[in-house]
Amino acid sequence: MEYKDYYDILGLKKDATQDEIKRAYRKLARKYHPDVSKESDAEQRFKEVGEAYEVLKDPEKREAYDQLGSNWKAGQSGFQPPPDWEQNFDFGGGGYTQGNAHDYSSFFEDLFGGGRTSGRTHYYSGGTGQGGFRSKGENVRAKIMIDLEDSLNGSTRSFTLQMPEINEQGQIVNKQRTLKVKIPKGIKEGQTIRLSKQGNPGIGGAERGDLLLEVGFNPHRLYTVKGKDLYLNVPVAPWEATLGATIQVPTPDGKKVGMKVPPDSQQGRRLRLKGKGLPGKNAGDFYVVLQIVLPPSSSPKVKELNEKMRDEIDFNPRSYLF
Amino acid sequence: MNAKKLATMTTMSGHILEEEAALTLAELCWICHTPAEIMIKLVNQGIITPLEGNNSRQWRFHRSTLIRADKALRLKRDLGVNFAGAALALDLLDELEDLRSQLKLLMDASRS
Repeated sequence: MEYKDYYDILGLKKDATQDEIKRAYRKLARKYHPDVSKESDAEQRFKEVGEAYEVLKDPEKREAYDQLGSNWKAGQSGFQPPPDWEQNFDFGGGGYTQGNAHDYSSFFEDLFGGGRTSGRTHYYSGGTGQGGFRSKGENVRAKIMIDLEDSLNGSTRSFTLQMPEINEQGQIVNKQRTLKVKIPKGIKEGQTIRLSKQGNPGIGGAERGDLLLEVGFNPHRLYTVKGKDLYLNVPVAPWEATLGATIQVPTPDGKKVGMKVPPDSQQGRRLRLKGKGLPGKNAGDFYVVLQIVLPPSSSPKVKELNEKMRDEIDFNPRSYLF
Repeated sequence: MNAKKLATMTTMSGHILEEEAALTLAELCWICHTPAEIMIKLVNQGIITPLEGNNSRQWRFHRSTLIRADKALRLKRDLGVNFAGAALALDLLDELEDLRSQLKLLMDASRS
């Protein structure tokens, strides 16, 4: 098995005090909590930190762990605890004091015992009147990334997720599971697809929990998504912005539409196409955002006409500054 | 997983959680594995808000409430904060998320 340096995980020296261990743990737990952190490996880090704290906060487990550590040299990939290592310590029936035991590494399990997992039931009240111990399985959450087109048209996509499953020993282990999922048309970023009874198994014959897939959008080449509305930056020439024009714009449904640019349109002006955003009962809107682009002055004609404008037009764009 | 196996897999259809039918307090508690008295605390802290109903027997919740309730319960359990602290963290996280998406829009707009 792979040796885990619990001090390193918490960023501590071997002689850290119990107070320092507690402080380091609290700080890292806040940093890597999966509901708080944006880092992709947050959940993994959070579990490691929790496992390290589980051992180091308990003086007896810490002492045992410290003795082991002296038998281990850096760079050693395989790690075997000495055969008699547990004789001075008894971790047989202590159980876990907190955390989700099935999340701990095999290193932890080999040293401090495992197999006492019973599913996560921390919040089960037990008193809801059904009699006996039944509990609906936990909901499992995962994040999936889709493309804008999946939402615009509806689609079917497959995803590979790490899912907890129960093995022959009754332990919960993480397993890779590939799912083919229908993406509902018009789904918005941050919404959740609920797959009924695809979560963790229930206890006492109760039904499985649900699988909750939170949807994120991959960045799109052209469109920016905000809620149910779509935005597209469209370049226009200065004279189109000044005089007004009709321009061809690609719409999200794959068609083209002629759009009227009103005269005197300033940079950033938004033109709206109602109902052309994400589809649905309350379909979103599609906004074209005008971006004024200048022709290069290397062209003699451009230079000549701009010089003519400079000399003949009385226009001071900075008059409000003074 | 190879393409052939993938092609024969059954496609799972779900629902958009945010658009599903409302839940009663009892249903929400069952889904979140949480006793009603804790769920009522979450309501009183303003962490979750019923769609309608004047008392806890009549309350109806948006189904997506379960995600927020779950988050609050995990923050309390994992970080040792109380519900007021979890409420503060969740409100700040919402604000952060909102600012991030606004920033993304602005950066996209200035890119071209």
